[in-house]
Amino acid sequence: MLVSATPVKLHEHQAKVVLARAGIPIPQGRVAVTPDEAASAAREIGGRVAVKAQVHLGGRGKAGGIKLADDPEGARAAARAILGMDIRGLTVEKVYVERAATVRSELYLGVTVDRDRRRPVVMLSTVGGMDIEEVAATHPDKIARGWPDPRLGLLPFEARRLCFEAGVPKERVAAVAQVAERLYGVFVTTDASLLEINPLFVQEDGSVIAGDAKLDVDDNALFRQIELAGWKEVLASERLEERARELGFSYVQLDGDVGIIGNGAGLVMSTLDAVGNAGGRAANFLDVGGGAKAAVVKAALEIVLSNARVRSVLINIFGGITRGDEVARGIVDVIKDRPPRVPLVIRLSGTEAEAGRRILEGQPLVSRETMDEAAAEAVRLARHSSQGAPPPSTPAPTPAGAP
Amino acid sequence: MSVLLNSDTKVLIQGMGREGRFHAGRMREYGTTVVAGVSPGAGGTERDGIPTYDTVAAAVDATGANASLIFVPAPGAADAILEAADAELSLVVCITEGIPVHDMLKVASVLAETGTTLIGPNCPGAITPGECKIGIMPGENFSKGPVGFVSRSGTLTYEIADALTRAGLGQSTCLGIGGDPVIGLPTPDAVRLLNEDPATEALVIVGEIGGSAEEKAAEYMRAFGKKPAVAFIAGRSAPPGKRMGHAGAIVSGGQGTAESKVRAFEEAGIPVATAPSEIPGLVKQALRA
Repeated sequence: MLVSATPVKLHEHQAKVVLARAGIPIPQGRVAVTPDEAASAAREIGGRVAVKAQVHLGGRGKAGGIKLADDPEGARAAARAILGMDIRGLTVEKVYVERAATVRSELYLGVTVDRDRRRPVVMLSTVGGMDIEEVAATHPDKIARGWPDPRLGLLPFEARRLCFEAGVPKERVAAVAQVAERLYGVFVTTDASLLEINPLFVQEDGSVIAGDAKLDVDDNALFRQIELAGWKEVLASERLEERARELGFSYVQLDGDVGIIGNGAGLVMSTLDAVGNAGGRAANFLDVGGGAKAAVVKAALEIVLSNARVRSVLINIFGGITRGDEVARGIVDVIKDRPPRVPLVIRLSGTEAEAGRRILEGQPLVSRETMDEAAAEAVRLARHSSQGAPPPSTPAPTPAGAP
Repeated sequence: MSVLLNSDTKVLIQGMGREGRFHAGRMREYGTTVVAGVSPGAGGTERDGIPTYDTVAAAVDATGANASLIFVPAPGAADAILEAADAELSLVVCITEGIPVHDMLKVASVLAETGTTLIGPNCPGAITPGECKIGIMPGENFSKGPVGFVSRSGTLTYEIADALTRAGLGQSTCLGIGGDPVIGLPTPDAVRLLNEDPATEALVIVGEIGGSAEEKAAEYMRAFGKKPAVAFIAGRSAPPGKRMGHAGAIVSGGQGTAESKVRAFEEAGIPVATAPSEIPGLVKQALRA
């Protein structure tokens, strides 16, 4: 039900700026990149503060990425402990220092896309602070849901109904409903695919305030979300995927050793599955998209080969808009430039496949007629090269074209 | 018979750029009646022998078009769909990739109150072999016959149509419905159309990981299925949390797994192929049973 594409993920402090602009109460806070900055932020805020790691991961609290401090010296010590900390492979480079809330109770409030109903869905629960999917699994009755008409937005009565259905105490309903309406407004104006306040604190004085904030922006909408697009951070582990995106194709790194290139997301997914059926594991997903020209195929092959784990590459093209001869030319360019360090297996079918096979004739690669055969061959060759064996002599790199 | 498109369908093209013109030509070669192009500002001209109009309404008035094929770039594509619906076209096929999901939410909400069926976006289109092709699929891989075919992916549709055709299994209508999270004709609706179509004797349902459209389609067939069906799910080996090209193809929070979809089909008595190459054999078995 929940949509999460490859959105632009904002940090908590960034998402909170966006919420505050929409009139949603947030604790006073400041970003710090050194322990000194954290201490001065705490001094400015005064009183008890929370020092929170800014990383694109859930569960940072459990990992020790959030600490409370009673004074500036405490904040300095907390920041010293958190900055540079490794949280599941990510190094913490900045912390957010904010006034600690005086918590009476915690709520969950979120908006995302319900793809089955083809509507936005607003969710509210009095079980705050927990992962909503966990709540959905353990206490499904504790989540109230509403599906506003995207042309009208979240109407005041819909927001009130959510509060009553979720069991929000009646003296808090007006405040929580107002936050829900404003949050829905932010969901729309930011082209969010997911927007959450979790937890939404009800404080001792009865006021509500956003404890944390998560905002993922639909990457298809970045053309009109100029400010948010500029906040995008590319993690080291995602650099190859980002480079691929700039070249116009979609690449996802996986942990096997058979490199995959194909055209069309469904066909590439099926190729991954075919490798699985043959007992192997794919090193990546790479869809060159429709109508790929030789230069794109060349770039795709270079990206796949830059993954040191790759032991063989399987290229599976069913020509529609994409032409087999263009693909073949791209492959020949790569081979001419620098012969690949691993065996290539290719399966060409559809538009201009015949012409493509002719271009590949005599090249050092293996050609197979069907996806299943090509996958089996790529898995076999990957095993050979991972055992450090020389490139296999049988079957000889067949003159491409002979199935 | 067929669903949504046939030899009487008159198609206009929204977005007569390079791609639009190229595919208009391919569609005419296939036998599709392409009656108009729409390009704001180019009304009154002709492109490749196709009269061009400034608005969809003007094109419909002049030519009686009843279907549209959209190539308009993503920022304007939702507007193009709504313009086609406003002109009361019965079928709109949107090829465009990368439309913001918030735009599609509004489109879905408006279309629910009209008689317009939208196929796509981010799809190859639809074809009733031998009669009409509205889309970008290579026509030569399809052939006329009894198999109704719905698929969330593009190239995989060609691959499977080609395998069916080679096995002597022609198709009644093939619907490439697109891989985005919010689409005009989700799998269960497409399955219902084919299940009710007299020309369709067996169904092939090709799904992907992500969402729960396949589970709903399986539930529908379990309750109302009039004919045998065969299913295939792409992405069985995809790890959770990774989007596989299509914005809709992702397993998250335990939702949308291949296992759940395979189980739903099996519980509905629908065999699930483990590779596209198995589909023709399973269809033949299903038709014999």
